Amino acid sequence: MISLLQEAAQSVAEHTEAAAAHGADQAGHAAESTGLPQLDIATFPNQIFWLVVTLLALYWVLSNVALPRIAAVISDRQGAITGDLMAAEEFKQKAREAEAAYDQALADARSEAAKIVAANRAEIQKELDAAIAKADAEIAARTAESEKRIAEIRESAVTDAREVAREVTAELVSSFGGNADQAAVDQAVDNRIKGAVQ
Amino acid sequence: MEGNIGELGQYIGVGLTAIGMGGAAIGVGNVAGNFLSGALRNPSAAAGQTATLFIGMAFAEALGIFSFLVALLLMFAV
Amino acid sequence: MATEMEEATGLTFHPMDQFIVKPLFGGGEVHWYTPTNVTLWMAVVALAIIALLVMGTRGRAIVPNRAQSVAELSYGMVHKMIEDIAGKDGLKYFPYIMTLFMFITVSNFAGLLPKAFTVTSHIAVTGVLALAVFVSVTAIGFIKNGAHFLDLFWVRSAPLAIRPVLAVIEVISYFVRPVSHSIRLAGNMIAGHAVIKVFAGFAAIAAVAPVSILAVVGMYAFEILVAFIQAYVFTILTCVYLKDALHPSH
Repeated sequence: MISLLQEAAQSVAEHTEAAAAHGADQAGHAAESTGLPQLDIATFPNQIFWLVVTLLALYWVLSNVALPRIAAVISDRQGAITGDLMAAEEFKQKAREAEAAYDQALADARSEAAKIVAANRAEIQKELDAAIAKADAEIAARTAESEKRIAEIRESAVTDAREVAREVTAELVSSFGGNADQAAVDQAVDNRIKGAVQ
Repeated sequence: MEGNIGELGQYIGVGLTAIGMGGAAIGVGNVAGNFLSGALRNPSAAAGQTATLFIGMAFAEALGIFSFLVALLLMFAV
Repeated sequence: MATEMEEATGLTFHPMDQFIVKPLFGGGEVHWYTPTNVTLWMAVVALAIIALLVMGTRGRAIVPNRAQSVAELSYGMVHKMIEDIAGKDGLKYFPYIMTLFMFITVSNFAGLLPKAFTVTSHIAVTGVLALAVFVSVTAIGFIKNGAHFLDLFWVRSAPLAIRPVLAVIEVISYFVRPVSHSIRLAGNMIAGHAVIKVFAGFAAIAAVAPVSILAVVGMYAFEILVAFIQAYVFTILTCVYLKDALHPSH
């Protein structure tokens, strides 16, 4: 155990010596300021080792965790979008059906209304016709009555006029000294009146 | 400014190598310009060709980068 | 070189110092296991990605919040890119490409934070990324198509006489792919950050300070654009290579 420790200590000491020597060398190198850091072959194993470690770690993480997750999220979103689109299509279909039903109802209501209107109109027409007929009959009756009365009035007027004319004629004839024959006077007056009326 | 003749030659060489990058610049400009004139003639086809544009530019530029590398090597590694 | 300029003009330009890999705890050598600023910023990047893609989507909301919609946006972008370019059978490699894209994008953006270290500005890092793409795409090509994958290099639409020449060119261009793929990204990052640093260095002179600050602001805006475009280009080229592997016949 002790020997192991001693060995380790020795190797560490050797290492530090070597490192110091190298550091001095590097310092001299830097002072000269020549040499591209990219072309310093001594650092290549270090870079390559850490690069490989990094890349393997990244590859593991990406292929096992990150990329499947992102792919899942994207396909989920695609699914959600397609689902939403289908739902929207369904809603649209429903809306279209509702619109059709509404239109149907509207048309029904309209035809019903038209029917009612027609029925009402017919009824009203009937009543109207009846009323008109009644009114016509009444008017006809009244007209007939009026005509009868007019005829009576005219008749009586004609008779009165004839009476007056006969009397006046008889008076005239007698006052002129003539012997008025009642029948002849009447005959003459009637003839005259008939001519005037005609 | 009394240096040795070797350094003089080195710097002249580096300067000459840098001219090579001008060639790459012309090449890249050519690629981009021709792409643009083509894209303006037919804009609908341009979007699909950007990858080709970048590949072409990369190839043209690579040669300039080579000359840059040679300049660096001359400057620092020789 | 820089020291001489310092002495001459009083300006200090250390545009490349921001890329130095340093151990996090104390000095010393950079071993392969040493926690360095690379480690720190890669951890920051990884945690940021996990925060965005895992914590952000924790709600699993149908109507996303801000973080979740950013996560879904990046998911959708990469998904669509693969589907458009590589085809449906490319979607099997979606997590892999998504990892690359998120890592590059987030580290480019994280590198733009003040005092940050840009991990993608290192050729070692982008080289590994590009080589990983190259090797995996080639393997996929041979596994899926067997020897038919070599049709990629044998251009049947060309006359028979020039096909061998084309084959050589195709093979070369195929093997140059990881080089240009990695250097494009790293080079863009180095260039942008170095230019910002150089402009910032000029701010030490009072006379040109306003101009240099304006230039830094402009470059910074441009770098935000570049940070995204380079990640996009890296990913899109990966998709193009994947398409070649899945459908090699032209």
